[in-house]
Amino acid sequence: MKTITVTIRTSIFLMIIFLVYQLAVTGIAQVFMPHKANGSLVYDGNNQLIGSELIGQTFVSPRYFHGRVSSIEYNAAASGTPNYAPSNPDLLERIQASVAEWKAANPDVPVNKLPVDLITNSGSGLDPDISPASARAQIPRISGLTGIPKETLEKLVTEHTDGRDLGLFGEERVNVLKLNMALSELLAK
Amino acid sequence: MTMISLAAIAVTLLIALLLARPAGLYIAQVFNYERTGLDRWFGWLEKPIYALGGIRKEDQSWKQYAMALLLSNSVMILLVYLIFRFQGMLPLNPGGIASMEPTLAFNTAISFMTNTNLQHYSGESGLSYLSQMVGIIFMMFTAPASALAGAIAFIRALSGKPLGNFFVDMIRCITRILLPVSFVLAVVFVAMGVPQTLEPAAVARTMEGAVQEIARGPVASFLSIKEFGNNGGGFFGVNSAHPFENPSGFSNFLQIVLMLLLPASLPFTYGKMVGNKKQGRVLFVSMLMMFVVLLGVSLTSENTGNPVINALGIQHAQGSMEGKEVRFGAAESALYSVVTTATETGSVNTMHDSLTPIGGLVAMGNMMLNTVFGGVGAGFINVLMYAMIAVFLSGLMVGRTPEFLGKKIEGKEMKLIAVTLIISPLLILLPTALALYAHPDTISNQGFHGLSQALYEFTSSAANNGSGFEGLGDATPFWNISTGIVMFIGRYFPVITMLAAAGSLAAKKSVPETAGTFRTDNILFGAVFIGAVLIVGALTFFPAVALGPIAEYLTLKP
Repeated sequence: MKTITVTIRTSIFLMIIFLVYQLAVTGIAQVFMPHKANGSLVYDGNNQLIGSELIGQTFVSPRYFHGRVSSIEYNAAASGTPNYAPSNPDLLERIQASVAEWKAANPDVPVNKLPVDLITNSGSGLDPDISPASARAQIPRISGLTGIPKETLEKLVTEHTDGRDLGLFGEERVNVLKLNMALSELLAK
Repeated sequence: MTMISLAAIAVTLLIALLLARPAGLYIAQVFNYERTGLDRWFGWLEKPIYALGGIRKEDQSWKQYAMALLLSNSVMILLVYLIFRFQGMLPLNPGGIASMEPTLAFNTAISFMTNTNLQHYSGESGLSYLSQMVGIIFMMFTAPASALAGAIAFIRALSGKPLGNFFVDMIRCITRILLPVSFVLAVVFVAMGVPQTLEPAAVARTMEGAVQEIARGPVASFLSIKEFGNNGGGFFGVNSAHPFENPSGFSNFLQIVLMLLLPASLPFTYGKMVGNKKQGRVLFVSMLMMFVVLLGVSLTSENTGNPVINALGIQHAQGSMEGKEVRFGAAESALYSVVTTATETGSVNTMHDSLTPIGGLVAMGNMMLNTVFGGVGAGFINVLMYAMIAVFLSGLMVGRTPEFLGKKIEGKEMKLIAVTLIISPLLILLPTALALYAHPDTISNQGFHGLSQALYEFTSSAANNGSGFEGLGDATPFWNISTGIVMFIGRYFPVITMLAAAGSLAAKKSVPETAGTFRTDNILFGAVFIGAVLIVGALTFFPAVALGPIAEYLTLKP
């Protein structure tokens, strides 16, 4: 009986302490790092919220760089994947369809230049990045459709390639939203 | 896999291992009841907790200690269960989230109290901010604190000291270890891009004009204790694969170090507290060796990729990328999957259901063995149990009564160890068979992998890991109740039986060490220990994994 009352009294006090802990972290974060603390949100020239630099979004137009496959269509109210096992026939079918689609949209780039990250579903369904190779593989298509020279696009991709953290942790990657924002600026000129 | 990836992995592990010894010695000091310099730092917070909670610093017997642990944890489960059940009517619910149904609330409350963090709900839509900030976070601190307290009591008993007081140990673990580290690292995580806000989801209009709702919340303060306490439950549904919950290679590195820190430091705490540092080191090195071998296997498999996809002729130098994030790549995802299962954390930065069969096997194997570091506290108790089995086996081979730390291991202790050993395969294999027979409709991937899905779920529950092959349709009353029961027994049964064994050893007279004593602090003992883990642990589960991941591997082989 004593254990029960001690537990209840201690628990209530601990719950308050942990709530204070979280509010304190929130306070520090909001005062010193409001941009990051609120989700690294990105606004356009008219101060309209267009997304988060950490969260991927769907790009359908072939004139834009495309991100990874997302079974939830980048719905960031949730997160998720189809969780296909490597042996699942649906996985093979989906990838074969992606490859066929690639061939149709990118006749100049052979399939052996198509990196695997571009036709696989990310873990979160919200992956903001693609590999630099995946960005480069899309250059011929975008150049053909927009008339922007390949060299300019090449330069754009290089500029938007983020290195490994401290030169060590993580992989090289290109943020698709930021890349497309830069591309859209080029097009507007 | 590039050399840089390998270097990143090596640096990550090296930093975690270098921190293990000082952290282990610090933990030993935290649980030293004599007055230390730490009292001045933390007394101001502890004294009011003791006073308001009505905690008295009385030493407990092993029975009182075990009862306090079991009873207090059960009461906490009930308290949080009630919060989940009524979250729809309670404050701090800007998203207007409904109350949880009973079986899911039962499962979730047990899940977080047992340090498992199996999640049959999705954080974005299943929990109000109140449930996250009061219910879940509360358990994310008290669960590892309870487990670590149990392990410390176990070690005290082995070293012949009084067991101490459960509540004092739990509070000290929170105030002197978990809370300060979590606080600092939460701020560091915000600096890396992890959100910390009480605002509801942001609504954006994307570049192509679609509406995108972006869930966020107080993630950073959740994330640090999630990893450091080996909890593993995600703020978001996809856990640390979510860009908000793990934004960069750097945050990924930090999470891995945090997961390893407590489990890797406990052998040093143990060595210090029993006064045999060499033995602590031998256990540490043995675990590290098993870890490195398993990591190597997983890395090779994930970097090779899926043969069926590779055969399509695409560029597959990146390895297996289905269910993985570009910023981590195959190598650091494989590392994360091995660390999270070795330390029984259960957070994921890649979807384990989509791991290659051998990568999935390593994850499952880590949980089945539950001795490759193991979760904070409970894992180390398991490690010491295997150490006693190793001593017992050696004793049988040379025909002497086995001794451990100068105490004879006899019939009573071995009976307790034997029932503890048997409970884990029972908790895993029986319900797996039941699920496959009665609920095959909940399995999303057919064939051999389907068996792996059910097997993984119960292995993860019994080992209190909490990761899952998430394709499984597990938000049903059957899965909620069955895994809830498995998690509860998997947690408290071994703690109680092992405290009983330690209590029984403590009551015995010490036997003086002679030339004939089997030494438990040299390489030979390390080898016998690994042998015991592999023979007793691995063979139990071999038939099941042969039908699951190994069979799947063979079907994919080109």
